[in-house]
Amino acid sequence: METLKAKKVETKKQATIKISGAEAIIHCLVAEGVDLLYGYPGGAIMPVYDELYKFQDKLTHILARHEQGATHAAQGYARVTGKVGVAMATSGPGATNLITGIADAQIDSTPMVCITGQVHRHLLGSDAFQETDIIGISTPVTKWNYQITQASEIPEVLAKAFYIAKSGRPGPVLVDITKNAQMDEFDFSYEKCTGVRSYKPVPEPNIEAIDAAAEIINKAKKPLIVFGQGVILGEAEEELKSLVEKAGIPAAWTILGLSAMDTDHPLNVGMVGMHGNYAPNVLTNECDVLIAIGMRFDDRVTGRLSDYAKQAKIIHFDIDPAEIDKNVKTDVAVLGNSKETLSLVLPKIKENKHETWHNLFKEKYQIELDEIITPQLNPTKEGLTMGEVLNQINIASESKAVIVSDVGQHQMFACRYAKFKQTKSNITSGGLGTMGFALPAAIGAKMGAMDREVVAIIGDGGYQMTIQELGIIFQHKIPVKIVVLNNEHLGMVRQWQELFFDKRYASTVMTNPDFVKIAEGYRIKATRVSKREDLKGAVEEMMASKEPYFLEVRVEQEDNVFPMIPTGASVSEIRLK
Amino acid sequence: MEKEWFTISVYSENNVGLLNRISGIFLKRHINIESLNVSKSEIDNVSKFTIVNYVTEETARKVVGQIEKQIEVIKAFYHTDDETIFQESALFKIKSDLLFDERQIQNIIKDSNSQIVTVARDFFVLAKSGRRSEIEEMHDQLKPYGIMQFVRSGRISVSKEKMNISSLLIEEFKEN
Repeated sequence: METLKAKKVETKKQATIKISGAEAIIHCLVAEGVDLLYGYPGGAIMPVYDELYKFQDKLTHILARHEQGATHAAQGYARVTGKVGVAMATSGPGATNLITGIADAQIDSTPMVCITGQVHRHLLGSDAFQETDIIGISTPVTKWNYQITQASEIPEVLAKAFYIAKSGRPGPVLVDITKNAQMDEFDFSYEKCTGVRSYKPVPEPNIEAIDAAAEIINKAKKPLIVFGQGVILGEAEEELKSLVEKAGIPAAWTILGLSAMDTDHPLNVGMVGMHGNYAPNVLTNECDVLIAIGMRFDDRVTGRLSDYAKQAKIIHFDIDPAEIDKNVKTDVAVLGNSKETLSLVLPKIKENKHETWHNLFKEKYQIELDEIITPQLNPTKEGLTMGEVLNQINIASESKAVIVSDVGQHQMFACRYAKFKQTKSNITSGGLGTMGFALPAAIGAKMGAMDREVVAIIGDGGYQMTIQELGIIFQHKIPVKIVVLNNEHLGMVRQWQELFFDKRYASTVMTNPDFVKIAEGYRIKATRVSKREDLKGAVEEMMASKEPYFLEVRVEQEDNVFPMIPTGASVSEIRLK
Repeated sequence: MEKEWFTISVYSENNVGLLNRISGIFLKRHINIESLNVSKSEIDNVSKFTIVNYVTEETARKVVGQIEKQIEVIKAFYHTDDETIFQESALFKIKSDLLFDERQIQNIIKDSNSQIVTVARDFFVLAKSGRRSEIEEMHDQLKPYGIMQFVRSGRISVSKEKMNISSLLIEEFKEN
């Protein structure tokens, strides 16, 4: 602490310089380690864009084609790097267009700072041109937000914004800056934020809870781990692996936990939830101890709550006290950063194998393999399946690619069948289920991991929600691989209509444009595949390309994702067909 | 779980927009706020929200968890009516003539332990602090004579238990 204080004094001694608020914003971003941001200019943010022009050597600004695209790109970047993503927009419609991405980042705990321009301070509340109450609008979907109305507030508020976005359970922060604050000059100096007095980002681990958790785990006969994104956000992948291996506990994951653990690890038993794997869902209701790590018992994970793991003792590791007992009542809550709490619990864990218990997972897996996985990956029917496309991508990329999926059937196929060896490799919109997420998020993911292959898996519906972001790929030659799995339907909704609405396909049949021509219009290499014999070659060519590449795969039009836990059913009532 | 009255007390920074953020948590869960009061607290520069709801204890606990999670909230608590000392205040504006013409009015003032705040040529104002039921009773008694204006405040409350909130807060502040 003393050294921290000393440093603070030193920075304070630095001579201040008189600069405009807009220039100060640039210096703040640079001081926070930002070198890339996404956005869209407009009247109320023009002074900042003018400074961005001057500081091009320090900060790369990528012009999105819609502000929503800017937020998803910032999210993709944040998810793949673990750093704070930054998006910028003007007031009014520019700001409101950010909301979907902000809501997505809030529910999926993605660190993001959004900066919006606002009308001049003296015009606030007067219904001025492009004025909107973005603070009021964004309040329910931000971790924190703040309106700056004078230049001198800029350094402190932006420092706080980055600190809040990244610390504890991450989330989006919006800073709205009036035009006068951007233009006025003030004495600038910058100090990083190290704490906010009313905010405790990480709870202190409680040793009694650690001991109690270890004791229950050691006594367990049929333990099951379910891990979520908290493992990735806490960078606790190694600790998780050690726990799983030492205690010999089968580990399943939520959609956002995917890639935190090697998908081929022998103790990785697959995905839980609505379209998750058969074994971990059914055996959730047979385990004697359920160890939830960095996950929040979403309704898509638990199915009918009143029949969720009632027989089991529940241990919940989480950083957010508000998640404890929110949906599932816990026996032991271990609060804290997952890396820290798992490290504390590890030495207290006895080695174990749980072979008989593990064999049950193998038996159930065999059922799913025969009924669902094999027909999906090696189909005998004529139409192409989404699963076989994923399988080809796994082979061609050696399971090393970052997979960015949109929302719908293809997302479930992507998460079920994509293979991962490296963490932070599965980028998808989990909590909010935002169609249109994948294309811009893949751009951000690629720019955050230029050394890796990034493959966007998108349905024909979601693709058309943010298709304009092909413009970024074109303009900046971002070598993203785009795979559209085209079934000419809004597949997931169609599947529900088939199963629960007597096949009344209300507004789910799509007449699509020529996607290849559209990609070609953006000068992006593009191919279409509709026959099985062409698939392997097309995927290989795409993966080998050094340039952006678009691949449309015409898949079976009325394929369904199984297994499935229908809404309101219990996890053990999972359907194989 | 049975619904009951809960008083939620929130200690927070005094910042623009926080009221919106807190009320949004109730809105999101479709909970009606029965009464709301914001004032300074026993700690310098720390505000106190007193929010009354008719909910189950489980809901009260979850709402408090969500409130406490907000960056500018320092600490939040929930208490049942039995665990707190609470009251509300009300003002009654009544025609001055009635004070002289209706003897019963004077009895009501005496019996209710209310105070006359001001007397003007046309009207006088009565102030009454107490439980909601006492204020309601006084209102019902005065109503037949005509009430020109009536207003009742939100609940204010302090907890009975010797939970030393101030020292707890001071501890938290020291850490940062």
